Amino acid sequence: MTTKGTSIGRVRGLGSARHGARQWLLERFTGLASLFTSLYLLVSLVMLSDLQYATVREWIAQPLVATVLALFVIANFWHTRLGLQMVIEDYVHEGANKFATLALLNLAVFAGAAYGLLCILRLALGVA
Amino acid sequence: MANAANRAINRPLSPHLQIWRWGPHMAVSILHRVSGVILSIGGLGVLLWWLGALAGGPDAYATFTGWMWADLAHLDWHGGAIVASLVKIVLKLTLIAISWAFFEHTLSGVRHFVLDTGAGYDLDTNKAWSVAILVLGVVLTAAFWALLLLK
Repeated sequence: MTTKGTSIGRVRGLGSARHGARQWLLERFTGLASLFTSLYLLVSLVMLSDLQYATVREWIAQPLVATVLALFVIANFWHTRLGLQMVIEDYVHEGANKFATLALLNLAVFAGAAYGLLCILRLALGVA
Repeated sequence: MANAANRAINRPLSPHLQIWRWGPHMAVSILHRVSGVILSIGGLGVLLWWLGALAGGPDAYATFTGWMWADLAHLDWHGGAIVASLVKIVLKLTLIAISWAFFEHTLSGVRHFVLDTGAGYDLDTNKAWSVAILVLGVVLTAAFWALLLLK
């Protein structure tokens, strides 16, 4: 790498990476998915006669509800990953702490989403 | 190296929270972040516990509802059960906080979609919608709990 010029001049010379809008767009896409799925689940859940085990189980076992719930889990863990990443980047500045918190976040959202999806699958396919 | 450290310390800072006079638009903005963090940690945590309990069977579900959905009118206030009763009250408050965070975050999220189109930046409009979201967030939370409890 050349060391000519001021640091800002070098950065300008490189230009933008042209994918700066990706995270911004993904935050909107996952937000929209979360909006639609959560409204469906909220209305559907409130309309249940009660919240006893058998009632809720039967409700989740329906293919449509199970699908929406799975999409809800994916959208929300993805949205949480993007959102908390932004919060961490704003408040955690020290290199090692930043790497550690971001690593923890990424491991946690994948683990959480995997567990949620597996539970829904089990309920939908009637193994439990 | 010492020079670089000095430069970092002396960099001009932008005016921070305590400089500005608080307005509803600022409140909505920071509450979007606060409610987002509540939903990320509390909301998704309870969601996973709920799904796990359902997949675990009737006993696991009874344990879940016993803690998260406790009947506050019939708590045990004797001996060691006092701690459990206090936890159940905290969990109930957590659940109320999560439901508020959901409505607040959803409403201000929709506000962000509108702002993304370039609309709603007019000072009066911006303020009016910010106030409306703050009020509506609390109203919807109250309505949701009324609907659940009065069923």
